[in-house]
Amino acid sequence: MTTQLLLVQALNGLQLGILLFLVAAGLTLVFGVMDFINLAHGVQYMLGAYLGAAFAAATGSFWWALLLALPAALAAGLLLEVLVFRHLYARDHLSQVLATFGVILFVNEGVKVVWGAAPLQVPVPALLEGGIEIMPGLQYPLYRVAVLAAGIATALGLWWLVERTRAGMLVRAGATNAPMVSALGVDIGRLFTLVFAFGAMLAGFAGVLAGPIFSVEPGMGDNVLILAFVVIVIGGIGSIRGAFVAALLVGLVDTLGKSLMPDLMRLFLDPSAARQAGAALASMLVYVAMAAILAFRPAGLFPVRTG
Amino acid sequence: MIGIGRRGLLAGTTGLLAAPGILHAQPAGGVKIGLVAVQTGPQAALGNQLKDGFALGLRHLDGRLGGLSAETIVIDDELRPEVAVTKVRAALERDRVDFIVGVVFSHILGAIMRPVTEANTFLISTNAGPSTFAGRGCNPFFFTTSYNNDQVHAVMGQVSQDNGYRRVFLMTPNYQAGRDAMAGFKSKFRGEVVDEVYVPLTQLDFSAELAKIAAARPDAIFTFMPGGLGVNLVRQYRQAGLANIPFLSTFTVDEATLPAQGAAAEGFFSAASWAPNMDNAQNQRFVRDFEAQYNYVPATYAAQAYDGAMLLDSAIRRVGGNLRDKDALRAAIRAADFRSVRGNFRFGANHYPVQDFWLLRVARRADGKFQTETVRKVFENDVDPWAAECRMR
Repeated sequence: MTTQLLLVQALNGLQLGILLFLVAAGLTLVFGVMDFINLAHGVQYMLGAYLGAAFAAATGSFWWALLLALPAALAAGLLLEVLVFRHLYARDHLSQVLATFGVILFVNEGVKVVWGAAPLQVPVPALLEGGIEIMPGLQYPLYRVAVLAAGIATALGLWWLVERTRAGMLVRAGATNAPMVSALGVDIGRLFTLVFAFGAMLAGFAGVLAGPIFSVEPGMGDNVLILAFVVIVIGGIGSIRGAFVAALLVGLVDTLGKSLMPDLMRLFLDPSAARQAGAALASMLVYVAMAAILAFRPAGLFPVRTG
Repeated sequence: MIGIGRRGLLAGTTGLLAAPGILHAQPAGGVKIGLVAVQTGPQAALGNQLKDGFALGLRHLDGRLGGLSAETIVIDDELRPEVAVTKVRAALERDRVDFIVGVVFSHILGAIMRPVTEANTFLISTNAGPSTFAGRGCNPFFFTTSYNNDQVHAVMGQVSQDNGYRRVFLMTPNYQAGRDAMAGFKSKFRGEVVDEVYVPLTQLDFSAELAKIAAARPDAIFTFMPGGLGVNLVRQYRQAGLANIPFLSTFTVDEATLPAQGAAAEGFFSAASWAPNMDNAQNQRFVRDFEAQYNYVPATYAAQAYDGAMLLDSAIRRVGGNLRDKDALRAAIRAADFRSVRGNFRFGANHYPVQDFWLLRVARRADGKFQTETVRKVFENDVDPWAAECRMR
């Protein structure tokens, strides 16, 4: 393992972390502000990817697809909120889990009916084709650099929105004590709807960005969802800052674990066993890290103070 | 082939409400086929290939198998063994089907094997061909029109050997079929295995592995990444600029995944006993009519199901429509008196095909669609490595 390879892997980890952050940001807001467990958040990510793929196929341009898919994902989020989620806020977590799980099944089948079961393709935009040679023989795709940049820009924008604007102040207040905010004359129902739709759009944004890298297929959101839950639990539920740090952490742990673990295991085991054990351990590493962090900080890295 | 991911479980429950679809109405004295094809979850694309291939076979036979009018009952296994068993039992006992045909995944086949064969009903797999039923576990009521997985992986080992590759990098998912793929490859490859990398079945991002491949600079890579895994890997491999390292694969680039991989897969290698461009009259008719009917390029799943329909037709014709005499029927199936879209085809002692295996390469056709095309024949009349262990009773 050379220093160069390590750097490349760190970059890969950051990039995975950024995508995770975009999904987790909406999830943590919805969970933190509304105390609402939304398993269907991964579906928003998938819908974003499908909408992006559909618009890209229709317009022939990734940029138009991005521009059109964002409001469409927002609209889809609003629709789901009005039709399903709104009726669940007052219910307990079990009802929410059941109902949103139902939405997963429904939408997964829905996209299959509309777009078919076979994976779809989204071409990389011409402007971002090609790559930068960061180590001999390996091109780091320019598109991934762009995803990294877009993610960091979004994170900064979110931080500004939540920490520096009036809307953000209300969101933070809502996360701390919703009944009090409501009593002060803020329409908490509308705030919830806005937060929800915004979170859906962020996940949709991540989905559009992921389209040219990953395959767009039914159920693609389910894997991301599990990691996103790990991220928000590590980061502290409701905390954007926590989600950002935790997403990068999870991305790095996952990527570096996958590349280092098998080599590490070779110190103790024979090569063939080390490879399999290393691979198995590497895929557990994220969850081990979560357990370790929660053992020391049960409320996550950046807990939101509740009143 | 292949196994099941978490997504399969999530997608599962929805199919409970779906009733079996009926393709043809049946007058008295016909033959009933239970066609097991996954219709739920991300792998449904493979089940559709299988279903459409079989349906086209029936269409070419005017809806009759060996002179009997045929009725097909589609059974969605939902990629869940227990669901498959329940539905197949219902098809056997309630619908009284005469044959069970189809099955994409080997763990589904493993689950329905006993219920079907113990009911003295013939089970004809048109895709799953695990080694379990090729050797000691071979069964007089079981036939497959596909292959044994090990043979396909071995093709790539042989190709690496023939091409004089000295250092090859192996990468598969971390589950049984993935480990089998590595073993199959290594059974023919004598050079150095630079590294063996196992990835989780739910892997999305291969950038960590791609960096390792770039650092190792192998002569070629061998991989087995079915379905969405393969779509991700192929596109990321191309984006990382690694395409100058030969990409040898099995079940990773085929007509089911090529629509999503597109130009990223062009020039990548695969192995199979069939490809759409095979030059025989039977195959040309199959491919032309399939595309006209269903508007996509058929993969092996469809071709082998089409052969399955032709096989049944020949067998039922040979016994004069008498499905009662199981021994005569078995002999008639074993005769395999039909024209396969693959050309060479006969059954070995274990009821697995003895056939040729080809090195394939992904190419862009004149109409802009992608397909695998034959490069050269690697094995001729190949018998799977387990056949010798089979004692058919």
